[in-house]
Amino acid sequence: MIDAAPDLLLNATDVAKHYGAVVALRSASLAVRPGEVHALMGANGAGKSTLVKILTGGVRPDHGTIDVRGKPFAAHSPTEARRGGIVSVYQEPSLIPDLDVRSNLRLTRTPPDAVRHWLAELGLPDLDLASLVRELPLASLRIIDLARALAIEPDILMLDEMTAALPANLTERVLEVIGRLRGSDRSVIFISHRLIEIGAVCDRATVLREGSTVGVVDVTAGSDDRIVALMLGDIARGGPVEAAQASVRAGRAADAIPRLTTRNLTVGTKLSDVSFDLYPGEVLGVVALEGQGQDELFDVLSGSERPSGGELLVDGSARSFRHPADAIRAGLVYVPADRAEALLMQRSVRENIALPFTTRFGAWGPIDVRGERRKVDGAIATLQIDTRAAGEVRRLSGGNQQKVTIARWVAGGVRTMLCFDPTRGIDIGTKQQIYQLLRDLAGAGAAVVLYTSELKEIQLACDRAIVIFGGRIVAEIAVADADEATLLRAAYDLRPEELMPEEVASAGVAAEAAEAADAAASEPADPDLGAPA
Amino acid sequence: MASVTRTRTEMADVAGAWVRRNVWTLGLIGLLVVFLAVTKLLQPNYGPAAIQGLAIAILPIAFAAVAQAIVVISGGIDLSVGSMMALASVTSAVLMKGQGDLFGVAVVAGVLVLGFVVGAINGGLVVITKVPDIVVTLAMSFVWAGTALLILNTPGGGAAPWLMAIISGPLGSPWLPKALVVLAVIVGVLWIPLRRSTLGLTLYALGSSPLAAFRSGVAVGRTKIIAYMLTGFFSALAGLALTATGGVGAPVPGSYTLQSVAAIVLGGVSLAGGRGGVLGPIIAVIVLALVRTDLFFAGVDPNWSTAIQGGILIGVVMFGSLVAMRKVRA
Repeated sequence: MIDAAPDLLLNATDVAKHYGAVVALRSASLAVRPGEVHALMGANGAGKSTLVKILTGGVRPDHGTIDVRGKPFAAHSPTEARRGGIVSVYQEPSLIPDLDVRSNLRLTRTPPDAVRHWLAELGLPDLDLASLVRELPLASLRIIDLARALAIEPDILMLDEMTAALPANLTERVLEVIGRLRGSDRSVIFISHRLIEIGAVCDRATVLREGSTVGVVDVTAGSDDRIVALMLGDIARGGPVEAAQASVRAGRAADAIPRLTTRNLTVGTKLSDVSFDLYPGEVLGVVALEGQGQDELFDVLSGSERPSGGELLVDGSARSFRHPADAIRAGLVYVPADRAEALLMQRSVRENIALPFTTRFGAWGPIDVRGERRKVDGAIATLQIDTRAAGEVRRLSGGNQQKVTIARWVAGGVRTMLCFDPTRGIDIGTKQQIYQLLRDLAGAGAAVVLYTSELKEIQLACDRAIVIFGGRIVAEIAVADADEATLLRAAYDLRPEELMPEEVASAGVAAEAAEAADAAASEPADPDLGAPA
Repeated sequence: MASVTRTRTEMADVAGAWVRRNVWTLGLIGLLVVFLAVTKLLQPNYGPAAIQGLAIAILPIAFAAVAQAIVVISGGIDLSVGSMMALASVTSAVLMKGQGDLFGVAVVAGVLVLGFVVGAINGGLVVITKVPDIVVTLAMSFVWAGTALLILNTPGGGAAPWLMAIISGPLGSPWLPKALVVLAVIVGVLWIPLRRSTLGLTLYALGSSPLAAFRSGVAVGRTKIIAYMLTGFFSALAGLALTATGGVGAPVPGSYTLQSVAAIVLGGVSLAGGRGGVLGPIIAVIVLALVRTDLFFAGVDPNWSTAIQGGILIGVVMFGSLVAMRKVRA
């Protein structure tokens, strides 16, 4: 698998990094030949971002060796990484908003003529270097970032999800330029969630899983499946589906009014044309890779952000939320992944649980202490919250904190609960309790939307799942078919030929429609994005 | 850079862009003209002597505003500006009393170095302890104020005659006070090259976006310390100006710190960092002083006049934000 060392431009072997007891990287290796475009792949938590941080000088590895052109590479800052031959372009621009483009180039001592050359190559020949960065559209900033990195002529150019939110025409241009770098004596490390881009420009792919390099694949016509299989490991073959649960959830009255309906919901360029129905008694799973528009979807549903287009119906009547309070009044309550977003960390468990319903109908009068206590006790019992450290929520364990965020809403009676990755970073026992609780809520007639970054949760807690990719719903999968392999393939927008023959047609149409719409949407680079207030 | 011959429209574009970027400062200059006119209306014999008095009165606070502007542009804040001024003032006054001119020059140089050192201590503590800058500099404001009182517990000492001479009286035309020339020369000589240098860029970069600055290769900690050192240096200049204008050392900080914050906010420096310059704050200092003068001439109770100044500050900043919001929407 590993070539003779002198031939390699970058050779990282057995790189490991621990954060306390947490192992971020166990034993990662990455070998990049001169002149190749090398993909770095891995599911969430595989250690990809830690390896990227090590290569860009943000983090120092615990052990392992990294050589660039045969010389040891050790960087403590992006400047040192650059001196060592590695320059990176990230998903979000690393340009200074309050300086003009020319000053930004001066800051990194990049020759403007070379940047102009690459800007022209990348399709921005007329960019005025005197423009203030803050006033430029987001897509242009990514291109400037890339042109600046290319102008530095690094040994290794690392592109970390840089195409993630680029319009299709610019992505194509970027891929074309990267493709032309092949065969020189420089290399590119390419990180993307889009397998289609990997197939288009990459020569080989290194796959990480659970902190270790599990394989290096030559990218060819049929290598996508192999890459996905490596990312998944054992589970690719698919564990037994818990069919018993699925059958319990089957009954839904055909004439029921959906609790929640979205029609063509759109948020800027992040979310387009999202339509689904959510029925009482149902848990709807949402699956997406990072940054595919799920954040915007939940922001809209919970009233934090207003959609730029489309409709939102609650119990069949159209609603428009100006504030989270409007959503709560309509019965849509939100459980965020980041518990600090929801809880008053310095206050007690009781106050936290009581807050939503005292603010709801407490108005200005005195708090109904007895009624409040009854509800809070009920919620604490239902969720089995460990109240030994109830005086201050911040002293509770993560799992118990998350239970409190849910209990806040359960105490007041739940109609629709929006859960955004509620089990992130909590222990397995509490996770089980949360799945059970979501099932119980649904059993009692509530409707639940559950976004999760752990694919196996779909089969543990949901009735069906929708998959979002590039801001669009690309698949809807029944729980019986929603094993991890199917979900992951769908999340990467791969057509699930072998696995789900009956869905090939519909998924294919959806993907084509998405591509066509992508192309159409990319024409006007959204001017709103470039000018934050 | 490609050598292009600029057409007339391109020149107009460049000029337009310049006006757009300096619109706040230009607006302030307009405001200054308005207040000068009002002053002349209220007090018809307002003339060269009054202008000279004004220039001398604003000199310390103008340097303090420059000091505050630099650290705020780089994304920090320094609540010890007033205390550092007091420290510089008493140190210079005690050392200069009864000494010759040459020794006075050495004292001035020494106090400026002291400013760098004191600023480096502030900045070093902010960077090393990771305690929020507002807390560190508030705490250090007590330390520096206490040190100033240890050196001199009542106003006293003296200023070298040359130091007092370079800021009093006019230069050439009676309308051009020396104090204003001193301010313009010192700030111009120090700030303009600084702003154009890579160091100046890194100060703005750090204030604008620390993450992007880090990724662009800015040494974040070091740049922050340098920003505080520059603030210490200009605070020391402000302290020397206090000694020079009063003729004695002033050990009690007064309200200079908060006045410097008011001036930079009015002067178009974003408290979030990354935006603004030092010309705006200096003009803002003059505007605020004129407001006080006008209210005095108009016979307003001095206690009311401070309240009115506060109202004007909020009003102008609010108006400016409204204009900015309009521009974004358009």
